[in-house]
Amino acid sequence: MTDPRDEESRRRQKTRAIIMALLLGAFVILVYAITIAKMGMLQ
Amino acid sequence: MNTATITHDTALPADWRDLLALTKPRVMSLVVFTALCGMLAAPATVHPVLGFTAILCIALGAGAAAALNMWYEADLDALMKRTAGRPLPAGRLDRQTALHFGVGLAFFSVLLMGLAANWLAATILAASILFYVLVYTVWLKRRTPQNIVIGGAAGAFPPMIGWAAATGDVTLLPALLFTLIFLWTPPHFWALSLFVRSDYAAAGVPMLPVVSGARATRQQIALYTLPMAAAAVAPWPLGLAGPVYGAAAAALSLAFLILALRVLANRASEPEGMKPEKRLFAFSIFYLFAIFGALVLDRWMLA
Repeated sequence: MTDPRDEESRRRQKTRAIIMALLLGAFVILVYAITIAKMGMLQ
Repeated sequence: MNTATITHDTALPADWRDLLALTKPRVMSLVVFTALCGMLAAPATVHPVLGFTAILCIALGAGAAAALNMWYEADLDALMKRTAGRPLPAGRLDRQTALHFGVGLAFFSVLLMGLAANWLAATILAASILFYVLVYTVWLKRRTPQNIVIGGAAGAFPPMIGWAAATGDVTLLPALLFTLIFLWTPPHFWALSLFVRSDYAAAGVPMLPVVSGARATRQQIALYTLPMAAAAVAPWPLGLAGPVYGAAAAALSLAFLILALRVLANRASEPEGMKPEKRLFAFSIFYLFAIFGALVLDRWMLA
């Protein structure tokens, strides 16, 4: 039988990992967009 | 700082909702709005991506300051009904996670602001975070009833940062917007502290109603309303804003003054009889939203 606290712990870790992945993805897109915007301003 | 009263379940990793709650999202909405208005009122065109990033950095910086405030004040929050349910005093999060989260977010927001917008905006953002955490939270809050007067400066920075992010400088109008929020903060917080006085007294926080009583606090609210109204209207006669803003600022400040005078006339000492205080507190939030909204509308109409 699994400990319900282990299950809760894994659920929280999984949710945080998904959110962290989404945030990192958003950050990469943001840095790309900032670079394009800055290059556009230089031209 | 007494941490013995707070217990937490270290066996479980922090829930993301508790990390989000550390950033005080409701307070952040006013910060974001005033910063956005400061940026939109500035006489410069900002690239949408860079504008979005600057506002994001201001929001993250405000969230970092809030997280560090909650980290430092966890013992106080545990003693007050209004704040006892926050993640740290409720034991849903350990203090080290909150500290790391706050410091990490602060560095990230300042660096990204510097790289995406400019280093003047990043410097003011860093100063506002440090001011809120070190000057207000660590130094003033537990020591003096003037805590909110001086500490209010931390919340006054966002429109100035928004302006600086757009233009790369700070002129008279963002300085006046800073002054407006700086002078708005004491009546706003003192109205709240009147009807949650027992909370602050229980936690030993020397808010003005706890130290000097309700009467003196009500007098101070009315007194601070006058320079606040002057700072609100000032951009119009100084030629920095048009009649739309001037009329809105005058009407809203008059309404604020009427509500402040009702607070002054109130004699109630228990929260049940403090309707005028509750009304002033609610209106003060609307006041700031409306006045900054009017400024942007006015600038657009002038343009």
